[in-house]
Amino acid sequence: MPFIHIHAMKVKVLSRNPDDYVRETKLDIQRVPRNYDPSLHPFEVPREYTRALNATKLERVFAKPFLASLDGHRDGVNCMAKHPKSLSTMLSGSCDGEVVWNLTKRECVRTLQAHEGFVRGMVVRFCGTSFFTVGDDKTIKQWKMETPGYGEEEEPLNTILGKSVFTSIDHHQKEGVFVTCGQQVDIWDEQRSSPIRSFSWGVDSFSCVRFNPVETELLASCASDRSIVLYDMREATPLKKVIMNMRSNTLCWNPMEAYNFTCSNEDYNLYTYDMRYLDRPFTVHMDHVSAVLDVDYSPTGKEFVSASFDKTIRIFPKDSGHSRDVYHTKRMQHVISIKWSSDNKYILSASDEMNIRLWKANAAEKLGLLAPREKAAVNYSQKLKEKFQHHPQICRISRHRHLPKSIYSQTKELRVMKEARRRKERNVRKHSKPGSMPVVTEKEKHVVTVVK
Amino acid sequence: MAASSETMLKKPHVGKKRKPPTRYWERTEEDGKNDGKKQKEGDNNEQTPQQNNTRTKKGGKRGGKRGGAGKKVISGKSDPFPGSAPVPEEKLKKFRRGVKGELPPRPQYKLRDVVIRSEAASDLAQKQNARYDLMLPEDAGFLEGDEDEDTCTISQDDIVDAVDITAGAKYFNLTLSQFGPYRLDYSKTGRHLLLGGRRGHVTCLDWQSKQLMCEMNVMETVNDVKWLHSEALFAVAQKKWLYIYDNKGIELHCIRKFNDVLRMQFLPYHFLLATASATGFLQYLDVSVGKEVVAICTKAGRLDVMAHNPHNAIIHLGHSNGTVTLWTPNQREPLVKMLCHQGGVRSVAVDKTGTYMVTSGMDKKLKVYDIRAYRPLQSYFLPAGASCLSLSQRGLLSAATGDIVQVYRDVWGIPVTKPYMAHRAKGSVWGVHFCPFEDVLGVGHGEGFTSMVVPGAGEPNFDGLDANPYRSAKQRQEWEVKALLEKIQPELIGLDPSQLSQVDHSTWEQRHEDRVQVLGFDPLAKEKFTPRLKTKGRSSSGKVEKRKKQVAHEDQRDVIRQTVEDRMKIDKERKEKEKKKAAAAGQKSALDRFRK
Repeated sequence: MPFIHIHAMKVKVLSRNPDDYVRETKLDIQRVPRNYDPSLHPFEVPREYTRALNATKLERVFAKPFLASLDGHRDGVNCMAKHPKSLSTMLSGSCDGEVVWNLTKRECVRTLQAHEGFVRGMVVRFCGTSFFTVGDDKTIKQWKMETPGYGEEEEPLNTILGKSVFTSIDHHQKEGVFVTCGQQVDIWDEQRSSPIRSFSWGVDSFSCVRFNPVETELLASCASDRSIVLYDMREATPLKKVIMNMRSNTLCWNPMEAYNFTCSNEDYNLYTYDMRYLDRPFTVHMDHVSAVLDVDYSPTGKEFVSASFDKTIRIFPKDSGHSRDVYHTKRMQHVISIKWSSDNKYILSASDEMNIRLWKANAAEKLGLLAPREKAAVNYSQKLKEKFQHHPQICRISRHRHLPKSIYSQTKELRVMKEARRRKERNVRKHSKPGSMPVVTEKEKHVVTVVK
Repeated sequence: MAASSETMLKKPHVGKKRKPPTRYWERTEEDGKNDGKKQKEGDNNEQTPQQNNTRTKKGGKRGGKRGGAGKKVISGKSDPFPGSAPVPEEKLKKFRRGVKGELPPRPQYKLRDVVIRSEAASDLAQKQNARYDLMLPEDAGFLEGDEDEDTCTISQDDIVDAVDITAGAKYFNLTLSQFGPYRLDYSKTGRHLLLGGRRGHVTCLDWQSKQLMCEMNVMETVNDVKWLHSEALFAVAQKKWLYIYDNKGIELHCIRKFNDVLRMQFLPYHFLLATASATGFLQYLDVSVGKEVVAICTKAGRLDVMAHNPHNAIIHLGHSNGTVTLWTPNQREPLVKMLCHQGGVRSVAVDKTGTYMVTSGMDKKLKVYDIRAYRPLQSYFLPAGASCLSLSQRGLLSAATGDIVQVYRDVWGIPVTKPYMAHRAKGSVWGVHFCPFEDVLGVGHGEGFTSMVVPGAGEPNFDGLDANPYRSAKQRQEWEVKALLEKIQPELIGLDPSQLSQVDHSTWEQRHEDRVQVLGFDPLAKEKFTPRLKTKGRSSSGKVEKRKKQVAHEDQRDVIRQTVEDRMKIDKERKEKEKKKAAAAGQKSALDRFRK
């Protein structure tokens, strides 16, 4: 604005043109001039805190993780498999047969009677065109992924008759090689009917075997003599094993940091090991109140989900000792198998009472496409929650979970038992010769020995 | 006005005109010329090392990305303005939050990484804010007199003649001689004006368009009027109770818990209406839920001087014994009690940043305090004393003495000798209030209301999401919902509003003490030893004492044993050292014979 000179006086008075601040037509969006001067925005921190508190409360309000239940099995569901190429396809094997599911429609696409008795394990080939199953009838069968046409007979592509019952199967990431376990760990070529290699290390049975997703020649297996054994497919003998206090049921490799794996143990805990240093796990994940039956990593490798005999599912950050979330329903029985979907959004749990359940991986997340402003708001509130997470009120609200009474009381009981044990140990140490009772950390407690 | 010191400012200083900002290309052009010269000198050579230096300095961080001045375009010319423009230091300072702490030591590499990242993010935000600040559309107003002309002699009519017609229309008088004198309040956006006449006349209007929203007579004494969070509601402190009306003048509530209210303050971010009553009560009303938050008996008699600190929402009360007290709703006692005047306090005002408090008293003094340090900064003597004070967004102080309204600039800086502006109202002044985001001072007096033009009073650039004078009904509704959602709880009012973001360094002892206070007992206290009753004379009092002695100070025994052992060890070492020393010294000293 030009200065106006009258009596050599210079004056300027604020005089705004409303046209600069109001939208021109009704079709425009409103104009919002901003001024970020901190003195125009007092109470910055208390307001942010209030926003964070609201966001935390809303998160708890909208935490509805259960999406759908896929029912149709006529016996308990024993195993599941993800499709490597299609997000919407999922396979499940029950104690009497097996089913292929379409997740977007939440319906069964195909049913086939694969084995007599339990289907123990299943895996989809890396190309996604066929899948393998093993069952109690001592057979390995390869099936086509496509549904057979009208009039065609539902027949396996290939059937291998083994000597003993197979308990688990996994497929190589790139080659036509797969591995099974039962009384020993067998490595099979898809083209042959006898194993190209067999490993056993004074063990009579294995419960789970998994290929490493990155170092594709490496394998790990859980044995019934409380050990976890590592193998290299190219060598004739196993690499090493760690023997623990209790038996591990399953294990899962971290897909991003593939030298780490997590095993689910009978002693209610999960253990994350670094493959190179087996003498102690680098994290012990506690919270379950019964044996942990299955574990699966998220594709980002930051979290994993575990299924337990205590009828709950828990989600753990990979480096935290306690779970971030727990899922349960009244009707869900012992959870036997669990999978984290490849788009990092869903969790599938298979349980004893013949159902497969679909859960959100992030309980309060809004599904579907988000508008850009919605996305920005979500990010902003996420950041605020992070910023104020240690404030007592926010911490209390975000940590609160409703638990079934039985689990709640069992947790309490376990805590009391643990405290009593700790106290006793402390008293024994106090009254014994100094140095004769070394302090054993929680991590060291559970490992018996490492054998090479 | 006689100031505390005679330092007169020679040059007609009034009106803080902003210098035209130095353009960044002016400097870069010069540098560029130098570069060019050098290039001519060393035409055959590739580049002198010095040139390289200047380039890296200029280019700074972004040199790598954009290739600095050396980047060639198709025409072969180099970019004269390489990289992003530098941001002036004082702008950066304006947006600085907190102080940079030291980085954690290297071994804590995870924490170190987190700290480095968050500091980089806040640096970026600071820079972007500062850059945005340079582009704000409006400049503040100012007034500058002739060389030997004081700006206080310039009359309102002269100003109105000089400025454009819309700005000139902001000087007007409302002649309301029947029900005066008037108290007034501007809404938070500055669009709406609320007037309350002593004899019951209450009116609210959109003062810029002069549109009357409602007008009524409550047929009762009106002590004070106040807008609530938006222009839809206002509170009127009447003879007995506190009333809330909407902008149509319909009485919504009569709040019988609040009686004999004399002054009111509204805390917009807390949705609290603080009232001071003739009975000495300071009460807080939560206007979002309509509940009284707290009623504090100040035990200081009639409360007719009140102000609130916009920075931390603390209420300042002035008392007849010359003290000013600071209050929060969380404490029954004043946070601070300051003796400001000899004689009663007549008026208090606090500036926007919460740094300065201005008080005027019956001793005809006007004092400026730094309320962060509770330290007097300036003391002025006004011959008539100031009855009403008000501070504008940009720090102008208006003081009403009788029927004259004086406006001062920069009272907390160098001692001011002359007012910036002065104006004589038609009657004795009852209330003054600066209008937010406008260069306007509203004066309520015995004969009505005067809207004065005070150049440089208002903040030129408003924030559309906070207080937007041009907002539509829809925008207002959205703002209201947002504001209610982030209403700050009254428990969070304290002297330092940013305390919530600081690390709580309370020690274990302190936390333990709090816990004991909450529980009523000490959960970690050791059980007192009571000897078991034994028969056959083994529980005689002597035996009991003996048994008690066995466990006395058991918890300290280990420590004592350890310290005794340590001391003995040290002694032993010292003796050995001495022995060695003596051996090393070899021969005996003559004085050794006196040693025992």
